[in-house]
Amino acid sequence: MLRPGSRRRPWTFYGLAAFFTLYVLFLYGPMSAIFILSFQGPTGGLTFPMNGVSLHWFSALFGQQRTGDFAGSFTRSIVLAVIVLAITVVVSVMAGLAFRRRFLGSTLVFYMAIFSLIIPGLLLGLGVGLMFQFLGIKPSWYSSALGAQLTWTLPFGLLIMFAVFSRFNPAYEEAARDLGARYWQTLWNVVLPILLPGIIAVALFGFTLSYDEFPRTLIPIGSRNTLPLEIWAMTTNVTSPALYALGTLTTAISFVAIAIALTSIALIQRRRTRRGTRADAGD
Amino acid sequence: MAPFASLLLVFFGVPLALVVVVSFFDLDQFDIIPTFVLTNYVELFGSSLTYTLYANTIKYAVIVWAITLVIGFTVSYFLVFHVRPFLLQLALFLLCTVPFWTSNVIRMISWIPFLGRNGIFNQSLIALGIVDQPLEFLLFSDFAVVIAYVHLFSLFMIVPIFNSMARIDPAVIEAAVDAGAGRFRVIREIVVPLSKTGIAMGSIFVVALVMGDFFVVKIMSGGQSASVVLAMSNETAVLQYPPAAASAVVLLLVVTAMVVGILRIVDVRRELAG
Repeated sequence: MLRPGSRRRPWTFYGLAAFFTLYVLFLYGPMSAIFILSFQGPTGGLTFPMNGVSLHWFSALFGQQRTGDFAGSFTRSIVLAVIVLAITVVVSVMAGLAFRRRFLGSTLVFYMAIFSLIIPGLLLGLGVGLMFQFLGIKPSWYSSALGAQLTWTLPFGLLIMFAVFSRFNPAYEEAARDLGARYWQTLWNVVLPILLPGIIAVALFGFTLSYDEFPRTLIPIGSRNTLPLEIWAMTTNVTSPALYALGTLTTAISFVAIAIALTSIALIQRRRTRRGTRADAGD
Repeated sequence: MAPFASLLLVFFGVPLALVVVVSFFDLDQFDIIPTFVLTNYVELFGSSLTYTLYANTIKYAVIVWAITLVIGFTVSYFLVFHVRPFLLQLALFLLCTVPFWTSNVIRMISWIPFLGRNGIFNQSLIALGIVDQPLEFLLFSDFAVVIAYVHLFSLFMIVPIFNSMARIDPAVIEAAVDAGAGRFRVIREIVVPLSKTGIAMGSIFVVALVMGDFFVVKIMSGGQSASVVLAMSNETAVLQYPPAAASAVVLLLVVTAMVVGILRIVDVRRELAG
């Protein structure tokens, strides 16, 4: 325990710090290995040592070597992730607002969301695939796969909104209303700006969870793959460092999304601290 | 509210109901026959393979749950109670969560160059003179499957436990310490009980994720092991939908029973939504 005023760290601190460091190494070590291996020379294999350093395997991705439709699947994944992001943000914020009061069926909707989150992905995909088959609609990435992904991102969005609202101070809302603001004015000018960092977090989840999703998408995808499905196909039949190159590229995209989201949250927080409005602190 | 509930109803409720309906359908060479038969279930429960698959999947779930619980609790405890200032705590927490936003498949295959016969781990062991021959059991084994599960899913344990612990009022702990409680007594009587929502949420995620997995077990066991969903995915690959649906229904009941069991111990909804 870190006691206020005590200068010396207890022995447990060092044990726990060592444990934490090992965990972080465990988390990032293997990933960094494939980033390095993706720059393998043209004659290099799937494991160390490096046979020279090159961009050979990255250029192989863009060539038509048995790596499949990389450009097409990549575009589809990005477009789909942006659609999922938009729907997830709008719908989860609305749901988060609604869940502040108990309403008829709120417990039912809550449990539906939790089960939607933890249901085995492939099983959900099977159900969505069957639904489209019975309706006689051809499954595709922008219809059935989109729906299957929403069952994964929406519950996450709701849980984040719960966390955000648990620290939201309703006094600001009441003050706005007392000053004569209408419902939409209060929402747009007071509530949403205060919630903005949380909303960005929901957007980050919406984008990255869709961009990397594959168990739910596998069955209802239709004839054109998203990127994770291409990668999945590659894991079983490509045995060259091209697989690692693809992994490095796709992880880089995720990192860009994470960096954009976290930077904008940090900027908002800093601006607030500077202006002295601590509306979001709630304490 | 309405859009949230209706989207979930259309893409979760209806598909789930369809899976249940199709599990009673019959199947001939090429087509699904809409009727009401119990053959899919009779065959499922009559096959000894089913029980082997469940035993294997539950074994993974229990091992991974235990390991991720220890990691989740220890990492959260360190971050919440030992790391100051707040910004450093936040930065280290984010460090643990960043991989969550990247591809699971890529994170999984990143173990292959690490654990392989000529992988980094074996080469280091040989270089250090600990072993003469590369260890064979590291990759394409139960060991590799468990390592990959822990790697992929431990975040799901850390985040909710961290969240619960961060909300513990430091005054409670100070009071206990002032009253003479040692650190282990504080952990046992204050930290653990007050983190139980997080522990329950994390356990639900980890158990459900392992029970629903097919890709980790397929790749990391090198085809030597299987899980319930892997068997199901093999059936759907050859369009055997009714037997796959029956298997899905049974799995869903098993996972639901496990989750309800956890929820009976801890009322997550009350503590989450306040």
